[in-house]
Amino acid sequence: MAEPKPVLEMTGIVKEFPGVRALSGVDFRLFPGEIHALMGENGAGKSTLIKVLTGVYSLDSGTVTLDGKSVRIGSPLQAQQAGISTVYQEVNLCPNLSVAENIFIGREPTRFGRIQWKRMRQEAAELVDRLGLDIDVTAPLSSYPLAVQQLVAIVRSVGTGDSDGSGTGTKVLVLDEPTSSLDRDEVLELFRLMRQLRDEGVAILFVSHFLDQIYEICDRMTVLRNGALVGEHLVSELDQVGLIQLMIGKAMDQLEELHEHQLHADVGETLLKADGLGRVGGVAPFDLEIKKGEVLGLAGLLGSGRTELARLLFGADQPDSGKVTIGGKQVSMSAPNDAISAGVAFCSENRKTEGLVPELTVRENIILALQAARGWTRPIPAAQRDELVAKYIKALDIRPANPEARVGRLSGGNQQKVLLARWLITQPKLLILDEPTRGIDVGAKAEIQKLVVSLSEEGMAVLYIAAELEEVLRLSHTIGVLRDRKLVAQLANGPEITPTRILETIASGEHQ
Amino acid sequence: MTTTPRWRALTQHHLFWPVAVLVVLLLINVPFTPDFFSIKMTDGHLYGSLVSIVLFGSPLILVAVGMTLVIATGGIDLSVGAVVAITGALTCSYISDRSDQDALSGVFLAMGIGLVAAVVCGLWNGFLVARMGIQPIIATLIIMVAGRGVAQLITDGQIITINSEPYKLIGGGYWLTLPFSIFVVAAVVAVTVALTRRTALGLLVESVGGNAEASRLVGIRSRRIKIMVYVFCALCAGIAGLMISSNTSAADGNNAGLWIELDAILAVVIGGTSLLGGRFSIGGTVVGALVIQTLTTTIYTIGVPTQTNLVFKAAVVIVVCLLQSPKFRAKVFGARFGSGPGANGSGTSAATPADTTPTTAAAPKMEVS
Repeated sequence: MAEPKPVLEMTGIVKEFPGVRALSGVDFRLFPGEIHALMGENGAGKSTLIKVLTGVYSLDSGTVTLDGKSVRIGSPLQAQQAGISTVYQEVNLCPNLSVAENIFIGREPTRFGRIQWKRMRQEAAELVDRLGLDIDVTAPLSSYPLAVQQLVAIVRSVGTGDSDGSGTGTKVLVLDEPTSSLDRDEVLELFRLMRQLRDEGVAILFVSHFLDQIYEICDRMTVLRNGALVGEHLVSELDQVGLIQLMIGKAMDQLEELHEHQLHADVGETLLKADGLGRVGGVAPFDLEIKKGEVLGLAGLLGSGRTELARLLFGADQPDSGKVTIGGKQVSMSAPNDAISAGVAFCSENRKTEGLVPELTVRENIILALQAARGWTRPIPAAQRDELVAKYIKALDIRPANPEARVGRLSGGNQQKVLLARWLITQPKLLILDEPTRGIDVGAKAEIQKLVVSLSEEGMAVLYIAAELEEVLRLSHTIGVLRDRKLVAQLANGPEITPTRILETIASGEHQ
Repeated sequence: MTTTPRWRALTQHHLFWPVAVLVVLLLINVPFTPDFFSIKMTDGHLYGSLVSIVLFGSPLILVAVGMTLVIATGGIDLSVGAVVAITGALTCSYISDRSDQDALSGVFLAMGIGLVAAVVCGLWNGFLVARMGIQPIIATLIIMVAGRGVAQLITDGQIITINSEPYKLIGGGYWLTLPFSIFVVAAVVAVTVALTRRTALGLLVESVGGNAEASRLVGIRSRRIKIMVYVFCALCAGIAGLMISSNTSAADGNNAGLWIELDAILAVVIGGTSLLGGRFSIGGTVVGALVIQTLTTTIYTIGVPTQTNLVFKAAVVIVVCLLQSPKFRAKVFGARFGSGPGANGSGTSAATPADTTPTTAAAPKMEVS
């Protein structure tokens, strides 16, 4: 790195909300042609810093220097005009428009007030081509999978900045959790694009909860904790263990103890039995047994049918073959209500769309499942309700510990805990957790895994789905392996079961 | 600045802006009608502008209260005006066929028939929306259009006039010195509030409106809840229909309750319930309906030329809606009237008033660009 001069320099950034100091004097530098990771637990101030940078929040004090000039970023539009583009986790594009239209939306090339469609398509095609992507720009965006839509969002943001869309305008590209819903191949394609942009001199700020990805793609990282800067390091000079220690401020090897514990734990009698349960287009008919106090982990690639299997066991989708018996009684599974009254609970992987009611308060979200089970005519008495809610807020350490807070404003980890509380309050016999640790920070991840272990100790059966194999192996007594929407193997966990072994099973698609 | 925290808590209350607008509208009338606020006792009845506003606003309040629950589930009901007409037509035509129009039994039976018809309309709407999955605006458009035809079929295209003293009571009579409709409205509002806030119905409605799929996965029987609110809304419209036809002692299939659905939707929005569904406020809706009725009264008392009536009304409505928007308030009046800083950038729906917990700290610094 020859005499690098930062393209972006933020010094002494302070941002306060009523009662909270979200950022206390953070310094942050970004060099041209680097991929820089912003690390920290949820609530460490990552999102706040990004929102200050992109003009969503105004800063209380501190300076921002872009290309050596002091700038004031008052709005997202100003940020874009200054050359700072952002791509968020959720793709904010119009799926019904074509790729070219999406790339140029709001800055279409015009002549005499008329959009020059041909020129727009041509320029879009050139841009896509230059970035080495194979996308038909005339096709509607919705005809592409989410991953490609995300790439289009990046292409769009790179094209922003100057009106002719030649792509020289973007100096800083902020990618906020772009990989959380991508599979491995899609991530690789994204990384290729990121490397190309880096080599063209764009400074990329990358936020991700996947440590492996950080180590794969990033050059440098800045670590935040509790709104303060902990350090800036070259990725090559800090290993994962060191990084986690920096992030949470303490060493953590308790997770390994969890694994030891689970390997030696006993399970009870059969709770749920599925015979030939299946759904066309969902998952092929399978047999499955879950015992009391057992953690059954599901391993498989994204799209292998993990979620579909879980949804069938909850009645979220209706099976078209097979039957389910819970505690010896057959359950029809024609709607979630059937499963819920049989004692099954389901935390969806999509917290926002299938879990939370963002407008409602923490308290209301927590009691929702219990209230639904009681019916509208029998409200939970206020005193009992408040006691229950307070108990679970405390037990799961939900922050802020304010039952009146709007749940939409909580961080991802706390939102996940609210959903857990919602179901735990109903005292289910089987708890289905689909990706409960996705998109949440290391500390909350560990807490949730510990919770799963203690629940299974109390006799609750847990169906656990996670993209990270280590997590599945750590917690499960039995591991179900899925491949191409088929349950191909069920392995009893033991010392000889390793991630490699699971991957081999997935690859061969065979039992043993 | 010593009053800041209390003042701030007050302005952040979800009813503050609707009530403020109502008060201002009422005050505007005073220069034109100096005895606007006076209430006189004549023949054992109370008379005065305030009494008339509530009296003439009664049908709108009823319709708007029902509409609030429908909107809270994320739906809308355009058919309420037609339901008003059908109920009035059925009830009046039944009464007009009686030899003794004053017989109580006949009047009760007539009202029963009218309300059952309203409930059937509500069931139909609920069935289309909840079971068939048709978009509410389309599903309820059917009765909005066809319902007027049905009402005219019932009345044979005529305006049916009746002469029934007991029936006259509902919309035009007095009881305990006050118009009887005020008691009807008070009862319906009280029942609605009790039904939604004393049971869990309100929470479940807000949940369905706030996130339908999450509500299904949590085990809420959202179809049943949707059907219930459409039936309830139609029932409210039916009672309003009784009131309107009783007040004029006539059933006009063509004009009874014409455009009342639009005023009702407006009242709901002014009251602070978002058209996107979710949080709702019955109190807000009542104030909203009163704002609209006061506006109509004001237009007459200050002598706005008839041809500019609607423009004037539109202008006031725009102002009210702008005042409801936290973003607008923050821009124009500064942070003191705006919501908390968190709401500013987080895309809070413009129709929902600031409902951040009132902070007792001094007003935070916030730049107004």
